[in-house]
Amino acid sequence: MTVRHGLLAILGEGACHGYQLKQEFEVRTGGSWPLNVAQVYSTLDRLVRDGLVIEDSARSDGARRYRITEVGRAEVARWLYSPGVEASAVGRDELPTKIAIALTLPGTDVAATVQAHRRAAIAQLQELNALKRDEHRSEVSDLGWELTLDAAVFAVKSRVQWLDHAEAKIARAQRESGALPYGLRDDLPGRGRPRAAERTPGDAEARR
Amino acid sequence: MSTPLLVLDEISKVYGSGDTAVRAVDAISLTVERGELVALMGTSGSGKSTVLALSGGLTSPTSGEVQIDGANLAALSARRLARLRRRTIGFIFQEYNLVPSLTAVENVALPLELDGWSVGRARVAAREALTLVELAGLEARYPADLSGGQRQRVAIARAVVGPRELILADEPTGALDSENGERVLALLRRRVDAGAGGLLVTHDPAFAAWADRVVFLRDGRAIDESQSQRPLTTQGAAEASSL
Repeated sequence: MTVRHGLLAILGEGACHGYQLKQEFEVRTGGSWPLNVAQVYSTLDRLVRDGLVIEDSARSDGARRYRITEVGRAEVARWLYSPGVEASAVGRDELPTKIAIALTLPGTDVAATVQAHRRAAIAQLQELNALKRDEHRSEVSDLGWELTLDAAVFAVKSRVQWLDHAEAKIARAQRESGALPYGLRDDLPGRGRPRAAERTPGDAEARR
Repeated sequence: MSTPLLVLDEISKVYGSGDTAVRAVDAISLTVERGELVALMGTSGSGKSTVLALSGGLTSPTSGEVQIDGANLAALSARRLARLRRRTIGFIFQEYNLVPSLTAVENVALPLELDGWSVGRARVAAREALTLVELAGLEARYPADLSGGQRQRVAIARAVVGPRELILADEPTGALDSENGERVLALLRRRVDAGAGGLLVTHDPAFAAWADRVVFLRDGRAIDESQSQRPLTTQGAAEASSL
């Protein structure tokens, strides 16, 4: 909902037409989130439908302009000051699943798997630092773009820290209990999928 | 091709002997050129700090050779080694290691004065180095009157003051928050871009990624490395040569 709320928040500064709004959004987010005009207008249509925005009656230059309503302003304040989906939703990271499976496969060098991902992450950080360097060298500094880059740096850095943590934990587990258990187990349910009645709510949750 | 600033040729370091011998560094080879920043990463016990100590002649290898600017450290007399450490190498540690009873400028001037520079000349160079690390105006402060980030910048000024070319940094950002750590790294990077060579030990991936090359260590061995695909210099070549 970042686009919807972002556009709404910009309208809080004054009435805009669609293309102007697209440009304002892109400039303010350092070009990190490009929008197409059709997407902007469909978002505006929904904002109008929900009573957060009204179409301005004055059309001096022929372009439709949009204006925020009081309800819209309240919604912007709610978005800015209360954590929403961006604070609670943790995107599915495939890496832990890959490492967990690698651990169960005989003959897999899990340390090499960990290192391959660590090397790739460091290369990503080097690329992000090169982008930051470009930003420092440019004439106009763009704090929004710099913070967006910083956020990417923190995300990749935390992945490397998790890999370091995982490597140490795996090494200790292997020291303490020898090889980790792997191989196909025969105590799992037999042929095919379990019948619906046997599936647990957790299964259904996981499948979603 | 000029002589590399630092060459580690198959160096090993073994502590103890017999059954209790610990191979802290195991046949590592590495070069650092002028204008290049190399980072060492690895878990504690991987040997990265030992590699740094070997590179600076603080300890000698059990086998293999360390060369700085073409000179084999093992072949130098103790006096010449001490002089090389004073003149060519700048060390930066996590704990800053500033002398508490000396002001910022006195701390920075100290290695030059020990090397026989006149006090006046050493102070001029120290002031320049403090300006480089954005501490102009705080020269007369004692370490206790500076923040952690400022103290580390004094330590960097001391490491790069005068003719020093090889900067050896062991967790220089370890005690700093990320914003101050980033500033410290930017200063290190800038000095390297101006022609120094740097070897950086860090466990922080974001800071390691300011290096042109990141070497990964495990159990005393270099197991892998990541070379930056794009130059990471913070300035153009013309600006670098004017520094």
